[in-house]
Amino acid sequence: MADQALSAAAAASPPEGAAITPRSDFMKQCQAESGINLAACYGCKKCSNGCPVTFAMDLHPYQVVRYAQLGLPEKLKGCRTIWLCASCQTCLTRCPNEVDLPRLMDWLKEAVLKESRPIEEKKTALFHQLFLREVKARGRVFEGSLMTRYLLMTGGAFGPEAMKNARLGLAMFRRGRMKLLPRGTKNRAWIKGLF
Amino acid sequence: MPRVSYYPGCSLEGTACDYADSIAGVAKALDIELVELPDWNCCGATAGHSINHRASLNLAARNLALSLGRPQPVVVPCALCFNRLRSAQAELAEDLSQVTPQIAALGTDFSQVEVVELNSYLSRPEMMDLIESRKVVNLEGLAPVCYYGCQGQRPPKVTGHPRAEDPQGMDRLLKRLGAQVIDWSFKTDCCGASHAIPRPDIVFTLVGRLYGKALEAGANCIVTGCQMCQANLDMYQTEIAKSMGREVYLPVLYFTELVGLALGLKEAPGWLKRHLVSAGPLLSKTGLPRQTWERL
Repeated sequence: MADQALSAAAAASPPEGAAITPRSDFMKQCQAESGINLAACYGCKKCSNGCPVTFAMDLHPYQVVRYAQLGLPEKLKGCRTIWLCASCQTCLTRCPNEVDLPRLMDWLKEAVLKESRPIEEKKTALFHQLFLREVKARGRVFEGSLMTRYLLMTGGAFGPEAMKNARLGLAMFRRGRMKLLPRGTKNRAWIKGLF
Repeated sequence: MPRVSYYPGCSLEGTACDYADSIAGVAKALDIELVELPDWNCCGATAGHSINHRASLNLAARNLALSLGRPQPVVVPCALCFNRLRSAQAELAEDLSQVTPQIAALGTDFSQVEVVELNSYLSRPEMMDLIESRKVVNLEGLAPVCYYGCQGQRPPKVTGHPRAEDPQGMDRLLKRLGAQVIDWSFKTDCCGASHAIPRPDIVFTLVGRLYGKALEAGANCIVTGCQMCQANLDMYQTEIAKSMGREVYLPVLYFTELVGLALGLKEAPGWLKRHLVSAGPLLSKTGLPRQTWERL
């Protein structure tokens, strides 16, 4: 039901520059699912002034909250910012009203993947997915297989970056920092049903 | 003799084995017994909280459950693991509904667990007294800026950190070991963390800024207590310096390595040897004994 209402809202999103009629259904859904109180934001922009990654973002952090308040999820699920947030927690630390912006970024990323939408930062999403694949396989992360898979899937093993990656890998290996065998938890029954 | 639980986290079994060895060496020299949490699992890290909130909560919950009835506090060297465990603890105190039955069966009284970051633990007044009492070498000539990163401090509501914007633990500890610690305003500015893999350009910008500010402050090295920060600041230094168009020579050392040097531990040079930026040229200009730097 909620999803239908949201896609109807999205379809009704006004074109760029046109007047926006705020809708609160998205904000309510977000609060119910994630516990974030978006209505508490009064737009002081402390989050964006302190954010170290704004130089790479297409939406500033305060804009993410504002679009959510206005009920325009399409804007948010199709942006780069949610993937580029480094979860450094500076915004939340400085927010006078404790709006959990890093959690909002995570909630939006999870929604993009669940809804199989196009991803603006594909490599970042892939890295997260491969990381969790490691955890699912043995309860701990084995950097060797994570990086091998990642480089094979993104062209880093063959393309122009290959020599650089190989040199770095060799330097780490020489220093005894590249392990060849994975370790994991002994008990793995607990992993079932988690992913 | 302090006896505490120890949650190393995945990267200390791999690329951060230098950090792991320095922690083991220092703990032994200080007669601190680190009891590794039996069969601990990954905390979920950035990937977990980014794309699977439920899994992230459960991964942390299992580690918290394994900590019940074990020696306290649970000392965590990795800032991100520390943050994930504390975040889950805060969320689970309000609502246990997402914890799977298998994990809940291990116990759910998570408020009994005291999760502490290693650098906070070793900079407690009594620990600093202990370390100073066993100091045999003065860290004279080392002028570090202490770099704490993000996850050990922020958000203070979760980490419980009393000075989230200006932590002092490593600064105080290293001062007592004779280092000329330099104050700077970037001790908790983000290094970009796991963006190093998918978006190295972002990490290069952020780390380049940190190098510039550290040099401006007059530092001759950077000291950290987070292996993610260490990796980002150490592994690409030549390349980042090139993109900045200036020379940068800033060895990136774990605070535990410096404690090891001050305690005169013979293994300490072996830990330092595993970094990419050699600390040799720096240490040779300090008052530290020759055997600590001649093979670096």
